Amino acid sequence: MRRAVLIAIPYVWLVALFLVPFLIVLKISLSDIALARPPYTPQLDLAAGWDGIKSFFAALDFENFTFLATDDLYWKAYLSSLKIALVSTFLTLLVGYPIAYGMARAAPEWRPTLLMLVILPFWTSFLIRVYSWMGILSTEGVLNQFLLGIGVISEPLQIMNTNTAVYIGIVYTYLPFMILPIYSALEKLDDSLLEAAEDLGCSRLSAFWLVTIPLSTGGIVAGCFLVFIPALGEFVIPSLLGGSDTLMIGKVLWEEFFSNRDWPVASAVAVILLLILVIPIILFQRNQQLAREADT
Amino acid sequence: MKTLMTCTAGLALVAGMAAAEEVRVYNWSDYIDEGLLEKFEAETGIDLIYDVFDSNELLETKMLAGGSGYDVVVPTGTFLQRQIMAGAFQKLDASKLSNSANMWDVISDRTATYDPGNEYSINYMWGTTGIGVNTGKVAEVLGADAPINSLSLIMDPANMEKLASCGVHILDAPTEIIPAALAYAGMNPDGKDAESLAKAEEILMAVRPHVQKFHSSEYINALANGDICVAFGWSGDILQARDRAAEAGNGVEVAYNAPVEGALMWFDQMAIPVDAPNPEGAHKFLDFIMNAENMAAASNYVYYANGNKASQEFLAEDVIGDTAIYPDEAALETLYTVTPFGPKEQRTLTRLWTKIKSGT
Repeated sequence: MRRAVLIAIPYVWLVALFLVPFLIVLKISLSDIALARPPYTPQLDLAAGWDGIKSFFAALDFENFTFLATDDLYWKAYLSSLKIALVSTFLTLLVGYPIAYGMARAAPEWRPTLLMLVILPFWTSFLIRVYSWMGILSTEGVLNQFLLGIGVISEPLQIMNTNTAVYIGIVYTYLPFMILPIYSALEKLDDSLLEAAEDLGCSRLSAFWLVTIPLSTGGIVAGCFLVFIPALGEFVIPSLLGGSDTLMIGKVLWEEFFSNRDWPVASAVAVILLLILVIPIILFQRNQQLAREADT
Repeated sequence: MKTLMTCTAGLALVAGMAAAEEVRVYNWSDYIDEGLLEKFEAETGIDLIYDVFDSNELLETKMLAGGSGYDVVVPTGTFLQRQIMAGAFQKLDASKLSNSANMWDVISDRTATYDPGNEYSINYMWGTTGIGVNTGKVAEVLGADAPINSLSLIMDPANMEKLASCGVHILDAPTEIIPAALAYAGMNPDGKDAESLAKAEEILMAVRPHVQKFHSSEYINALANGDICVAFGWSGDILQARDRAAEAGNGVEVAYNAPVEGALMWFDQMAIPVDAPNPEGAHKFLDFIMNAENMAAASNYVYYANGNKASQEFLAEDVIGDTAIYPDEAALETLYTVTPFGPKEQRTLTRLWTKIKSGT
């Protein structure tokens, strides 16, 4: 009995917080836009009994998905999000790995402080941190003033409202998600393995390539997924730092909902975004599973 | 015993908090004399919670979703009409609006197109959508005979290419910009057929690379500070920019012109959502706004004309006497109004707008 209850809790959680909202969104994505509150039709009319349910299902169709398929805006936005997410994941890895490595190699008494420094920015609202990047990157901003001041540039750089600003924003925001798993993998690394490699004739560099990197793959993969998945659906960063040319699916979704007031199409975009995200999430889960099995 | 007393005191406090009446108003940004908000609180003892927005679309999303928590909202006529059809508003209770005799029939007749019989709304402000320029900069770029009172300033790529260097902002409002493009083409501004939309697309796609930003509120400050030289925006906003620039004494001179090809005349209407938590208080707020002196104070501050006849004697000379705000008979002739888009046409329109804004 207790066992059943224990198992039931996570399932109730999943059904209530994932499956039910998903089914609602799926239902809206199959509906038609209407001038009503809420702005779509049909509404389920349980008072009409069985006929109500039948006519409800009869009115649902895949029209919005066909609309998405025929309009190049959406797949361009998906592809562009995919590209921005992949590039920024790679950049985050490039910046994050040396930091994690440095932390793991630091004297043990320093490590908690360094770890604290990585986590500290989370104490400030994410929105405020992105806003402060607007202050840094704008043409009148700190960065341009500094570069103009020391004479490196003569015209202010247009970084704000471009994709470069979006990359900077994503790398900055998600850096801790990359550093922490890599750090935890590197910290467990047994130094005697490196010594053994050097005893066997490896240079320090090849020991790094042949021993350290492979042993930290688990952390790298986990970090990449943790950056890639949220970056793909990112909305705040492209809308605040990006320009009108920055095409990301999160922004398109927002516009469908708030500017176009087209809930059915917005829901269809959301359903497809979810389907696209499910693939990396499943891969991530399998990777974690494998890592756990390897540990035991 | 002591615990019991603390409990009672606590309960009394909670009860007291619940009794403090609140009215939540959702209005456009930079759209009221804030002194009026304090005056309302002082006169009625009601807590006024005042939030702002800068797009009809955003307001409509909240109205159609329901449960916005607002008691008074201010959609523009065409949007009001759609939202009335969707059942988002409640009828006004005329018995609670003692100042309704102040309203101006010239405006009420026009707003009745959107809200038949003015049953759901009162007019707050009305105005035109037109061209604001930094006269000095535009003359520098295009010469002294720049067409600052013509849509060709922003719809002709030859002009826009040159203006791009000093910055052009255009409203992020498809239902106002598409009609303007059609007026420029000499077509019916209210056209919604495929041919009209294709023409508007052609005109706007040619100038979009030269538009710095499509935005509906930043241009007031940008124009006043001299960051941009042209804004296609709302009359009163541009006149506010003119005043802010004059106050700052930064050498920026701003002028507003309703385009000679015709300008959109719009009406911002105050209405009460069907699920307003405090409709009683909302009526008090509407009645307060319909008071002639209060309405005049608002117009004197925001430089928009209002639909309140009685307020006119309290209006400042630079408001009632300015034909950019209160157009004379001849100017009224060139103004046009538009009707709302239906749901399916709406999708074509918004898709077109996304394309114009993003280039995709």
